[in-house]
Amino acid sequence: MAQMTEQTSVNVVEGNVGLALRARSRRRGHASSKHRWWPYLFALPALVTLGLVFVYPLVAVVRDSFYSGTVSHLAYTGLSNYHLVFTNPIFIQSLLNNLRLLTTVPVMAVIALLVALVLNEVVRGWRVYRFVVFIPYILPAVAMGLCFAYLLQESGSVNGILNDLHLHALAFDWLGSEQLSIYSVGGVVIWQQLGFGIVLFTAGLLGLPEEVIEAAVMDGTNWWQRQWHVVIPQLRRVIELFVVLEAITVLSWVFTYVYVITHGGPGTSSSVMTYYIWQNGFEFGAVGVAATAAVILLVMAGILIAVYVTIRARRGDL
Amino acid sequence: MITAASRAIGRHIVLILLSLVSLYPIWFVLQTALKSDRTFELAPTALPSHPTLGNFINIVTQTPLLTWTLNSVIVTVSAVAVATLVALLASFALVFGTFKGRGAFLKADLVFMVVPPVVLLLPMFILMFTFRMLNTLQAVIIFYVGLLVPFSIFFLVNFLRTVPREIIEAGTMDGCSPWRLLWRIVSPMAGAGIFTLVIVNAVYVWNETLIALVFLQSQGKRTLMAGLAEYVGRFSSDEPLILAGAFLSMVPMLVLYFAGQRYFIRGFTAGMGK
Repeated sequence: MAQMTEQTSVNVVEGNVGLALRARSRRRGHASSKHRWWPYLFALPALVTLGLVFVYPLVAVVRDSFYSGTVSHLAYTGLSNYHLVFTNPIFIQSLLNNLRLLTTVPVMAVIALLVALVLNEVVRGWRVYRFVVFIPYILPAVAMGLCFAYLLQESGSVNGILNDLHLHALAFDWLGSEQLSIYSVGGVVIWQQLGFGIVLFTAGLLGLPEEVIEAAVMDGTNWWQRQWHVVIPQLRRVIELFVVLEAITVLSWVFTYVYVITHGGPGTSSSVMTYYIWQNGFEFGAVGVAATAAVILLVMAGILIAVYVTIRARRGDL
Repeated sequence: MITAASRAIGRHIVLILLSLVSLYPIWFVLQTALKSDRTFELAPTALPSHPTLGNFINIVTQTPLLTWTLNSVIVTVSAVAVATLVALLASFALVFGTFKGRGAFLKADLVFMVVPPVVLLLPMFILMFTFRMLNTLQAVIIFYVGLLVPFSIFFLVNFLRTVPREIIEAGTMDGCSPWRLLWRIVSPMAGAGIFTLVIVNAVYVWNETLIALVFLQSQGKRTLMAGLAEYVGRFSSDEPLILAGAFLSMVPMLVLYFAGQRYFIRGFTAGMGK
């Protein structure tokens, strides 16, 4: 009995409670197989769910990209969908618009970082500011999209305010111009995502050891030098993660903004890949074309996902 | 001395301006919703001189908004509850059990966390079509559970790793089965962590639009976001009415945020620091 107990505790010291549980059940002399299998049993619902919602669709979408027709009648057509999509000006435009939206990522990162640095130095009320700037991030994209669709109209409030400030030259037709509309969507994305960056960077700054900064102050460096050479390098890992996550976001999560604010317009000038996939798959019923565009999006996102997993693995998050 | 003071003032000015930019659109939604359509046409940015609740009454009585809201509540509560349970079981096994392929599972989980849902949309749609589940809340609940599980496992694995092993050891000595250990000892300790996770997941499901829009096509089955997004296509001329609906859709998120800000901040930044 004492020997068995000792064995159990040794296993626990090794940090392997699974073995501990098994040893325990062996001692009781029954249900040992049940206890050996419990981790698999516990993980089963998750495995089934992930298989159904991720593994199956990821395989199926690649398969469907080689077929064309409607949901009930699909016929194999080889690579013709890829040829179709890559020669389709609307798809090319959607893809270019996603690349244009990528320019919002450095903008967000820089503004969020500057705000976090300023916030870090404000003693009084910094929690209140953090509370306020995070609000947009948690609000429904539909509601805020509708709001901005009205605010950004040519006769809307944004231009009203600009005119009141005598900044007539800046009062553009934000949503009615083919050149501007995608950047207006990008502006709304920045407005909503910025708070996430600020909160993230503020948390990173709170974790920095104060001695490092105090030492830099003692060395007689000025504010910018301190931020640039001491503080920002310490935040590198958080900044990397934020940039990759936001790049994935503007590549593949902006459907709702485009749908609500511009409906891809004027014309198709503000269409993005997610919108193109939705429109072909569910408005036009072109399953093969939508699947093909989805595979192309997946490959592009896949590059970013690989970077993301590498960063995570390097940080030891796995 | 003067420069230090002026720098402090400068910082506050920057932060106040940013706060105004963050809040103005929300204020715009509310003040527009309180105006009649005519007052809005005349002066869109002015304060509502004769605030009216007419738009709120109209959007509730003239559209199925209450049904949509109820659907959103059902979908959010079910999807979050099931996903949390599924993830808690798996995370417990991953942290405290011996598990073949544990590393591969965690790596796949990390990848699934950032796979764009739009890529999965079409095959899921065809699947639900085959099983005649389109236009049912169950279809979107299943999809949402799947989308919530990867982050939930990631979150809970990191959280459960902080549970002292001595406690598990003590439970094991007392002859607790893994099942009892999870429910009697670990879950009560993980209460705050689970609550944080529930908040983050609920925000995701409540705000989700694309999947709901595609899967729920009959009026009576729509969620609030899908209903609002679709409704605008047909009635976008009456801005105060639509923004009244938009404001109502924001209220649950705002209330939750005001009640438990720290859970939001903790949850949305989980696993990002270091």
